[in-house]
Amino acid sequence: MFYRLSGTYHTSYAADRKLWKIPADRWMVILLLILAVLAPLYVSPLYLGSYVLPWVIWSAAALSLTLLMGLAGQLHFGFAAVMAIGAYASIHLVRFGVPFELALLLSGLIAAAIGTVFGGAALRVKGLYLVMATLAMQYLVDWVVVNVPAISGGAHATLRTPEVSFLFVPVESLAARYWLALGWAVVLTVFFMNVKRTSFGRALVAIRDKDFAAAVIGVDPFRTKLMAFATSSFMGGVTGAILAYCFYRAVTPEQFGFNVSIQLVAMVLVGGLGSVIGSWLGAGFVLLMPIFLTNVVSGLAAGGWVPVSQNFLSHLPLMIYGAMIIGFLLLEPLGLAKIYDNIRKYFLVWPFRHARS
Amino acid sequence: MAYFLELLISGALTGLMYSLVALGFVLIYKSAGVPNLAQGALVMTAGYSVWMVMAWGLPVWIAIPLAAAIMFGFGLIVERLLLRRMVGQPVIMVVMLTLGLEILLRGLVPGILGSTPKPIDLGIDFAPIIIGDVFINRTSLYGGIAALALVGASLLFFRTRLGTKLRAVSDDHVSSWAVGISVERAIGISWGLAGIAAVVAGALWGSSQGVDWTLSMLLFPAVAVVILGGVDSIPGVVVGGILVGVLGTVIPGYLDSFVGGSTRDVVTSLIILLTIMVRPFGIFGREDIERI
Repeated sequence: MFYRLSGTYHTSYAADRKLWKIPADRWMVILLLILAVLAPLYVSPLYLGSYVLPWVIWSAAALSLTLLMGLAGQLHFGFAAVMAIGAYASIHLVRFGVPFELALLLSGLIAAAIGTVFGGAALRVKGLYLVMATLAMQYLVDWVVVNVPAISGGAHATLRTPEVSFLFVPVESLAARYWLALGWAVVLTVFFMNVKRTSFGRALVAIRDKDFAAAVIGVDPFRTKLMAFATSSFMGGVTGAILAYCFYRAVTPEQFGFNVSIQLVAMVLVGGLGSVIGSWLGAGFVLLMPIFLTNVVSGLAAGGWVPVSQNFLSHLPLMIYGAMIIGFLLLEPLGLAKIYDNIRKYFLVWPFRHARS
Repeated sequence: MAYFLELLISGALTGLMYSLVALGFVLIYKSAGVPNLAQGALVMTAGYSVWMVMAWGLPVWIAIPLAAAIMFGFGLIVERLLLRRMVGQPVIMVVMLTLGLEILLRGLVPGILGSTPKPIDLGIDFAPIIIGDVFINRTSLYGGIAALALVGASLLFFRTRLGTKLRAVSDDHVSSWAVGISVERAIGISWGLAGIAAVVAGALWGSSQGVDWTLSMLLFPAVAVVILGGVDSIPGVVVGGILVGVLGTVIPGYLDSFVGGSTRDVVTSLIILLTIMVRPFGIFGREDIERI
């Protein structure tokens, strides 16, 4: 149909190495990018600020986490803590007088340094034990942030982000904050798609598939795992800073709690491990679907269609969220990315049945 | 000194009550190899079911066996509908599935039965027992005794014919199939037993702090107990429980006033981390963790 191909046939190595091998995919990406950049012009500020902006930022966070979980295969249940380190570091650096652009990079580096310590656990254990170790780290970082007044600004305090400008554009209006977040998410997306083609990315995949087999063919598991934690934590730290400056604008420790870590893992799994489009779809799905369904049910309840109590309604987002995780794991373990891939493959060779690639 | 003794005793008893929660985790891990992160929510569901049965007007000694029967069936259903389909999947899938179950139950059960804390009256006197100048909470005392009794019963159970089957399944699934043991039924039964352990934990914790969603937060100390004692060891549950309880009570008892509270979570986290760093298989666990 719109792909106008009966499969993917390349005539040169250059064509085979392209990021988007089929012209229709390339045009779709360009169209989506134009739509995303122009979003402040045609999306109402309410929807832009409370749905599109968080979606973009959480997609960046999911991309950071899926580098670690999807490519390198290291489970991480304390990623919100890494983001918290980035967020708090950037705020304190800017207050200290560091320019915002530099503070973003530095907060990423600080998060990478501390995040690599998390990775120290990965050198010794994996699987369930790595989950537990990162979970314990999450609680430790939470405790330090809450109980050191120099970081959190006192117990139960909210820390307002100072006013900053990025490359001489003040990060104040909704559109400016959205464009900064979108820019960072696009940078991460491009980075992620290319890292899969570098020797580093292939080393990560080798470690994921079997670490001692990777060691046999000359990939150093020690170095590669630490690099994976450092890279992913750097990306997560900057995303945390972006989240603080562009979305929350007043930071409390609860915004980076254990539940947020679980939400991130859910985004990565629902989207599909190690997939770029999966991170975007998964973040949007996990973030927006409970809100959407709760609105539907409360609308029905208000109209008298379904008899549910107020108490039930207030617990509905949790139920939908849990049911969504279970449903995806049972019915489509490869996530939304696989669903998208199935649809795309169907239309790739339509009206024929089978794609060759 | 009296302060220290009191912290020590109340810590040990609290720790034994943690081991009630941890026992369910170990029962499932031992036979199925599944890390059940929904054990906290299972305890919460059990607490709600005890409350529900008692709200029908039944006395305690009928209510608890009835709730145990309900939770046994619930465990069987969870295994049949969810976990059986995850056989052979990577551990992250199983971990996330149980976490999804935890989130679902935390929404569903309080959503239907009400989220205000529900009292459970087990007929335990609230006045503490006083020995010398040490006060002992009666609920914790009975909880500790119940934990020891349940762990003893589990140890005996693993010597029966059915228990031997479960041990065989925990050793090797394929070999158990080969000698004619129904692995699926064995794993289902272990989920049911975890449900029964959850009823005891839910009733005792519910009577000491009321039944609401916060019961599911017991998962975190229970995980520390399990990691410290060894994920596949039942005696480890008692030793790990007492250690986690004592350290998690004595250290905050002296430190909380200096650093501003909630050091208990920090102690629990550090126990998990240090155990994983020093001896990942725990005190009594079998040393078969894959190393690089």
